[in-house]
Amino acid sequence: MGLLNKLDDPYDGGGIILGKVEELLNWGRSKSDWYLHFGLACCAIEFMAMNASHFDFMRFGTIPRTSPRQADFIMVTGTVTFKMADRIKVLYEQMAEPKYVISVGSCSNCGGPYWEHGYHVLKGVDKIIPVDVYIPGCPPRPEAFEEGMMKLQEKISHQAIFNKRKRLGIE
Amino acid sequence: MLPNEIFEKLRSVYSDQIIELIENHPSDSFITVNASALFEICHSLRDEAFFMFDYLMSLTGMDLGENLGVVYHLYSMQLKHKIVIKAFVPKEQPKVPSVERIWRTADWHEREAYDLIGVNFEGHHNLIRILLPYDWEGYPLRKDYTAPEMYHGMKVS
Repeated sequence: MGLLNKLDDPYDGGGIILGKVEELLNWGRSKSDWYLHFGLACCAIEFMAMNASHFDFMRFGTIPRTSPRQADFIMVTGTVTFKMADRIKVLYEQMAEPKYVISVGSCSNCGGPYWEHGYHVLKGVDKIIPVDVYIPGCPPRPEAFEEGMMKLQEKISHQAIFNKRKRLGIE
Repeated sequence: MLPNEIFEKLRSVYSDQIIELIENHPSDSFITVNASALFEICHSLRDEAFFMFDYLMSLTGMDLGENLGVVYHLYSMQLKHKIVIKAFVPKEQPKVPSVERIWRTADWHEREAYDLIGVNFEGHHNLIRILLPYDWEGYPLRKDYTAPEMYHGMKVS
């Protein structure tokens, strides 16, 4: 309440906050990420527990979307088979920029138990789409999901928006 | 009805098409039959009043080296008895008559056996792959299967 009370009174308390526009935008961006949930195997079952009231994934500002057009990031939870790999690629390409990927569990990180003899499993979803955050575990605990989400928020809040190419030294 | 009674009944009708009965306690006893007469045998197993096998519990494909095999687990809801039927076909020409018209359950089971083992079920109305992508080559659960290097530009192993 301290901050809001100060904003009520522009003369006494100040009423002004100094900061960069980029930081404000990134703060907003990182606190309302909508996700395309891509549940493929048992990690998706763990993710249901994560979404339910005990762990409450929505406190991060995440809302599940069923369309890639409305999603900011895609959550790949489970075993990526070759049959599904083509579909994931299409869905990822349909998402609007800026877009992020969280890879959940051993299977989508590196193939998991199918890493050697699985003729039908892609050995890591990062072979077809760029992954921002890896959450290890088989399946990961909800605490690990929380940590992964915080890592993604951290990443988004430090990203450049203006003069991106100049700052990255591309030009 | 016990397995040996079922065997005798079938023998009396189909004579040499019924090859043998193998009783191997405590696992299920099974009857080996000639694959060419399988459809007629299954038809009478379902419809005869003393068989009444109205439930196909499972249909499995097997790779036995030189031969491919198909295993049918049957159960009768009314008479509470069960039997296992096996048929073997050579790997070069794995043709087995489809029982999909007798038990509707067999539809997807036969597609699965076709998909992974490569048994060709004749008379099936829609024998296409069920699990793997449609353009997949080979039958992965065969013993001599080697996985391809690449699939759609993705490395397999």
